[in-house]
Amino acid sequence: MAQVGLTHFLVVSSILFSLGIYGIITRKNAVMVLMGIELILNSANINFVAFSKYGNLGINGQIVALFVIVLAAAEAAIALAIVLNIYKTYANVNVDEIDHLKD
Amino acid sequence: MTLYDIIFYLFAVITIASAFVVVTTRNVIYSGFTLLFTFFGVAGIYVLLGADFLAIVQIMVYVGGILILILFGVMLTNKITDVDIRTGTIHLLPAAIGVGILFGALTSVMVWTDWKTEPVELPITTTYAIGKELLTNYVLIFELLGILLLVVLIGAASIARSDKE
Repeated sequence: MAQVGLTHFLVVSSILFSLGIYGIITRKNAVMVLMGIELILNSANINFVAFSKYGNLGINGQIVALFVIVLAAAEAAIALAIVLNIYKTYANVNVDEIDHLKD
Repeated sequence: MTLYDIIFYLFAVITIASAFVVVTTRNVIYSGFTLLFTFFGVAGIYVLLGADFLAIVQIMVYVGGILILILFGVMLTNKITDVDIRTGTIHLLPAAIGVGILFGALTSVMVWTDWKTEPVELPITTTYAIGKELLTNYVLIFELLGILLLVVLIGAASIARSDKE
């Protein structure tokens, strides 16, 4: 293996991205879909920080990664509030059984 | 194989192996707790890339906030009085084929592209640089994120409230 460079970090990030997509596609539980979404956001963050060090982004890559972390927290909070509401109405959170708008 | 390479491969294996367990295990609680190791692995990768402030923020916000939220979500939306909580999976083989093709395309682009790398000298401790940029060049985004977090706080509390009117 060569010296660890930019492509090593990018390959790690793309593996995480593919695993996140796989988690979103194959999971029925809504909270596990959320875990896949967090994996995807983490992989994009690794990309930003890798280019911040090896590309010519400088400190701006890390600042954008900070914003992505904040937005991921906000989105996880709202998504879980919605999932709790769905559980109150349907008594389960399988995303393939929640298919009518309003009873 | 310098020490940097060894530690990189260690953290990469931790992250990828725990991410694999997160998306393939059928036990919801195992999935939630293995996500913890994924987040710690990503924080280690940030430290290897010289982003020390970001690594600590990752641990504080992701492990200390988002993971707790996800575990609350898991506990509150499954009947945990059963012995073990299993979840179903759908479309395993088409998903594996499709994701494999996507991974192949992404990785081939990343490996075969001639990235123009002119490394900028990052400061050793990035906290001062991030703080200075946040309050001078990125101050609009900073303030908007504050308003966004306030809206999210009020919105999440009012969505999840049980209305006993």
